[in-house]
Amino acid sequence: MYWNRPMETIDRESLERIQLERLQKTVHRMYTNVAFYRERMQKQGVKPEDIRTLADLRLLPFMDKRDLRDNYPDGTFAAPRSEIVRIHASSGTTGKPIVAGYTQNDIEMWAECVARCLGCAGVTKNDTVQVSYGYGLFTGGLGLHYGVEKIGATVVPTSAGNTKRQLMLMQDLGCDAVACTPSYALMMGETIRDQKMDLSNFKLRVGLFGAEPWTEGMRDEIEKLLGIKALDIYGLTESAGPGVAMECLEGREGLHMWEDYFIPEIIDPATGEPLPDGEMGELTITTIGKEGMPTIRFRTHDLTSIIPEPCKCGRTHRRIRRLHGRTDDMLIIRGVNVFPSQVESAITGIPGIAPRYLLIVDRVHNLDTLEVQVELLPELVSDEVRKIEALQDRVKRAIEQVLGLGVNLRLMPPNSIERSQGKTQHTIDKRKLL
Amino acid sequence: MFIQQISVFIENRHGSLTDFTQLLGENGVDLIALSIADTTNFGILRAIVSDNEKTLKVVRDKGYTANLTEVLAVAVPDVPGGLAGVLQLLRDNDISVEYLYSFVRRVGNDAIIIFRVDQPERAGNLLRDKGVRLLEQDEIA
Repeated sequence: MYWNRPMETIDRESLERIQLERLQKTVHRMYTNVAFYRERMQKQGVKPEDIRTLADLRLLPFMDKRDLRDNYPDGTFAAPRSEIVRIHASSGTTGKPIVAGYTQNDIEMWAECVARCLGCAGVTKNDTVQVSYGYGLFTGGLGLHYGVEKIGATVVPTSAGNTKRQLMLMQDLGCDAVACTPSYALMMGETIRDQKMDLSNFKLRVGLFGAEPWTEGMRDEIEKLLGIKALDIYGLTESAGPGVAMECLEGREGLHMWEDYFIPEIIDPATGEPLPDGEMGELTITTIGKEGMPTIRFRTHDLTSIIPEPCKCGRTHRRIRRLHGRTDDMLIIRGVNVFPSQVESAITGIPGIAPRYLLIVDRVHNLDTLEVQVELLPELVSDEVRKIEALQDRVKRAIEQVLGLGVNLRLMPPNSIERSQGKTQHTIDKRKLL
Repeated sequence: MFIQQISVFIENRHGSLTDFTQLLGENGVDLIALSIADTTNFGILRAIVSDNEKTLKVVRDKGYTANLTEVLAVAVPDVPGGLAGVLQLLRDNDISVEYLYSFVRRVGNDAIIIFRVDQPERAGNLLRDKGVRLLEQDEIA
């Protein structure tokens, strides 16, 4: 099922012509409108007119989350604010989020990408799609929503949470497809099982799941519990949101990246050197259809490889393998990006707390849990529990505010969090994901 | 007028109290009175022990965080209403009790109750003036 057959099955030569033209346009736009990137290009001695072929992409400097943070909130926008019609945001590496701005064209381009993803899942205008991703600053909810409307299907914007009501609507409205995080899909499946609901009352046949890493084991479990086909969708706020790449029903091996809008490169995370197709490395994405906030050679820190072989579905856009982990310490917890450094910035400056912390991530009943351990300073140990509890509440609130995520805070005795010789380990991830 | 209480921060996990009391036992420290205030994550153990200096050294060497607090050891008549009488005195004088707990042993006909109050000096003088007996450090070990 194609949403846009001509573009999805375009021959590589024509696709690359489009890519080059759009890449040149994007580089011009960045050079003209984004001061920090222009300076970086000048420092590297490269001008927009040096980009003559697609291979010249590697002449361009990388971008990273840090650049977006340093230019917070809108210093990397390449369109005037009057052209920006929407803002989304995701966690940055410290207290400030990463803000993304979209022009009207960006919203339309993104909806086009999501529409193709829905096609990959066999969803058509005759279907009803429940969007159980969170709506708001998070890109999941609205991203999927616009795609579903674009193909003319019926969207049920339930957002996340209130599982029983979700399932009631899913059953009563006869939803054919659902989009949410894989862990939430599992939770819905388990609720159906535990409530002894009859699967034959559901019309659901397919799910688009993303925004957090998941395994083939989880896929099997979701498919069994919900009686559907579960497919992986990929995206990140910095390159629009979900819909950058998508598995197809036919192949179910690797995710097609919409290469007329995004150019993937796999690089060696240590040296930055591009790696040949098939080799595992860090994915960088160059957006070539965006105006509001294009990113050039954006380092995703996601580990994957490119599958150059054609897919049996007939799409010519190359696939990336399902994600294999990350090159940095970012955690994805209940779909929320979490950096240990965010916790550090939250607790710094609270009197009585040592600058030591440990994040313990686990998955209990298929729901991610985050325990944060912080250390008390010896002088704060008091004979009065009340004072320590007040401090505990304060720390918990500070951390939750920065992360946008509920945490289980554990105050630890002084000097109890392990000191390591080399690089301090700030996280223990007990989830068996990869 | 005051006696010293030792407070120790103890992680709320299985076996932590056993570890701690064993440490005291191995070092010949006698626990005279004990109370624990606990939350889900941690507990504050408060104790009156036979030898404060030694206890502090032993527990700190083991990595525990401990400190000393001055508390009142009040001799309360071991009869119904005995404690109420002392509390009444404090209330009438606007002194708040932060916490209290009792000694394991009796001294004469009195039960010994450990008081931590918000105005220790005033409370100590008041109780003494009213004829309530307060134990000194050397009376308890």
